[in-house]
Amino acid sequence: MSDKIVQSAHFDYTGSKLGMWLFLFTEILLFGGLFLLYAVYRSLYAQDFHNAAQGLSTALGAINTIILLSSSLTMALSIVALRQGRIKYSIVLQTITILFGLAFLVNKYFEWSGHIHEGIYPNSPELLSRSHGEILFYGLYYVMTGLHGIHVVIGMAVIAVVLSFTARGTVSSESFNKLENAGLYWHLVDIIWIYLFPLFYLIT
Amino acid sequence: MEEQIVHLGRTKTYMTVWLSLLALTTITITAAGMHLGRFSTLTAILIASTKASLVLWYFMHLKYERRLFKLMFLIPIATLTVIIGLTFFDIWYR
Repeated sequence: MSDKIVQSAHFDYTGSKLGMWLFLFTEILLFGGLFLLYAVYRSLYAQDFHNAAQGLSTALGAINTIILLSSSLTMALSIVALRQGRIKYSIVLQTITILFGLAFLVNKYFEWSGHIHEGIYPNSPELLSRSHGEILFYGLYYVMTGLHGIHVVIGMAVIAVVLSFTARGTVSSESFNKLENAGLYWHLVDIIWIYLFPLFYLIT
Repeated sequence: MEEQIVHLGRTKTYMTVWLSLLALTTITITAAGMHLGRFSTLTAILIASTKASLVLWYFMHLKYERRLFKLMFLIPIATLTVIIGLTFFDIWYR
């Protein structure tokens, strides 16, 4: 008992979370810069963006939205399970979250392969023959969904590490801040997709 | 030592939030199909921001954090607003 108190006295729970939030702010500004580029070019080339967006599949985008929203749910529930001491259930939920991330990426792979097969990728002859606005649209599409995809991969890796900590007992119902911080990152990745989906797939 | 009571989220709340997020996704897709013209972008952004707020407030636990976290979150939002606002002043009135 006394052991535990000494250990927790050296641990700053609020500080740990504060640090994570500060990092998330830098992520918001990173994507914010790209959203700014998108907003400016869309306002300058509204019709081109409209035409280019017809090439994207709303269904694929919607499926990926549902996948990421569900993965956020399993992430949040895994924290509840961990804190209730249901370690195995938490591990299952963390695994499902990683699998949702994988499903998102597989979906994305087929989507990108489809575009590349049609000859639409940065600097491709087919794309360069199109209007200026369409070239910008697909440039932003590849950069923004690509950067978001990298974040999904990093998020999956972080959850996998926390998962191994949970299995070893380093992360437990008494020490759950690592899982919470991994969750914060994962939810932020979800939020970014919440904006990417309507801005790229639902332009009318 | 400062006692730290950390709020435990409830499964029922999370399920409700998840269902609301799915419903809002359906709404934004339906709204995009209705061709609202110049309001379509505004509608899409408003729905996306509602979804983002739900994720922030409940999934990311901001509702239960101390005030410092809530106030701090305004900093990146204000920064982005200023940057985007000033850029559009330049684009529209150049």
